[in-house]
Amino acid sequence: MGAQVMSRVHDMGGRFGDGPVVPEPEDVKFHADWHPRALAVTLACGTLGLWNLDLSRHRREGLAPSDYARFSYYEKWLAALADLLVETGALTRAELESGVADGPSPLSGKRLEKAAVAGVLARGGPATRTGGPNAAFAPGDAVVVRKPAENVMVSGGHTRLPAYLAGATGVVVRHHGTHVLPDSNAHGFGEAPEPLYAVAFKAQNLWAHPEHPGDEVVADLWQSYLSRA
Amino acid sequence: MLRDARYLCKFARGGKGRALDNAPVCAQGRDMPHDHDHDHPHALLPPEPALRVKALETLLIDKGLVDPAALDEIIDTYENRIGPRNGAHVVARAWTDPGFKAALLEDADPLLAEMGYFGRQGEHMVVVENTDAVHNMVVCTLCSCYPWPLLGIPPGWYKSDAYRARVVREPRKVLAEFGVRLPDEVAVRVWDSTAEVRYLVLPMRPAGTDGMDAAALQALVSRDSMIGCGVLS
Repeated sequence: MGAQVMSRVHDMGGRFGDGPVVPEPEDVKFHADWHPRALAVTLACGTLGLWNLDLSRHRREGLAPSDYARFSYYEKWLAALADLLVETGALTRAELESGVADGPSPLSGKRLEKAAVAGVLARGGPATRTGGPNAAFAPGDAVVVRKPAENVMVSGGHTRLPAYLAGATGVVVRHHGTHVLPDSNAHGFGEAPEPLYAVAFKAQNLWAHPEHPGDEVVADLWQSYLSRA
Repeated sequence: MLRDARYLCKFARGGKGRALDNAPVCAQGRDMPHDHDHDHPHALLPPEPALRVKALETLLIDKGLVDPAALDEIIDTYENRIGPRNGAHVVARAWTDPGFKAALLEDADPLLAEMGYFGRQGEHMVVVENTDAVHNMVVCTLCSCYPWPLLGIPPGWYKSDAYRARVVREPRKVLAEFGVRLPDEVAVRVWDSTAEVRYLVLPMRPAGTDGMDAAALQALVSRDSMIGCGVLS
C-alpha cells in the first residue's frame, strides 16, 4: 500500500478536503490583467539562462507553506522569479525594495528580443538525452516505488516523485527514453539523465477506498525511483 | 459565470487565501494580511499582485533584462495563436485517417512537429486514446504541467488545488462536476504528468458524425475532452 509518508505543500495528489472543481469556458485565458504580464515576464527571464526548469520549479515549491497555500498560480510564479533573480545576482534586494535600477545589467546582451520570441517558444527545452544508464525495465514489468518519496541526494530537495506513490507496486506501461533527472539538475549536480517510464498503479494499491476496482493512475517515474517487484 | 465568481470570491475572502488562479478576481476585497516569510526577497515587492508584477517588470526593463515588445509578443502568442484548436486539429485528423492515428498513438512527436505543434511545454508529447473500455484523464499533481503547443495555457481549474488533489483519488466525482457520468464497465486511467512528457487525450468520435469531414469534426472537439474532463456527443 502506498502510505502517505510525507507530503510537501505542493505535493497534493490524493489530499482530502478540497472543494469542487469549477469548470470554465474555453475562451477564458486569464483571470486578471496582470496574469499575462506575470506569465510573459517569467518566460522572458527564463531565457536569460540563469537557472534551469527544475530549479525554477524547486523555488516555487520552496515558498513558505503559508505563502504557497494562499498565493494564486501566477503569484507563486512571481515570488519564485523574484527570489531567483536575487539569488543569481540579476537583481539586488535593494533594487527590489526601492523599485529603482542600480544601473544596467551586464546580462542585458542576453535579453530576449521580440524577434526571437517565436523561435524560442517553438524550440522549447527538450529534456530527452542520449547516454545514461541502460533501461532496467520494459513494458509489462512489475516495479515498486521508492519509499519515502524524497530526494535521496539533498534533504528536502526537489523530486518529481509524488508522496501518494511511495512504496506502491505498479506495472511499466511505456518507456519514454532517457530524460534529465530533476532531483539532480535542480541542485546543480548535473543532468544525470536516466530512463523514464510510465508506470500504472491500480487504484486499490493506492487508496483504502478506491472509487472503482478497474481504475488506475499512471505516473512518469525515473529508473532510480523504482526497483523490481 | 456569476455562480463561479461568487464561489471564488467566497474562497478569496475566506482568509485562507485558497490558491485558485481565479482568486485575484476578488483581490480588491482580500482581507488577509501580507504576512510573507521575510527572508525571501519576494517579500520586498508590493503586496498587491498587480503592483508586484508592474514593479518587477519596470525594474527588469530598466536593467535591460526584459524587452517590453517581447513581453507583448509572448502574450499575443498565448492569447491568440496557441490554443485548444491546435489539439482539435490533431484529434479530427486522427478520427479521419487511421494510418495517422496509429502512428500518432505509437510516437506522436514527429507527426505533431510536422503539423507545427512542438515547443515550450510540449517537447515530448504522448496521445492516449479513449475507448469503450478506458477513459483517460490528465493532471499534474505536483504543479500544472500541460501540453501548451496543443492546448495553450491551462484553464484555472486545471491549476487549482481541488483538481490536482482530487482527480487521482476520485476521478469519477471530479468528472461528475463536469457533468460526465461513466458507465461501470469503463475504467478510468488518470495520467499524472510528473515528468516532461505532456499528454493529450484522444476523445471518442461522437456517434452520427460519419458523413462529416475533418474541418467539421474539428469544431466538435472541446478543450475539456482533450484533458479527459469532457465527453463529446
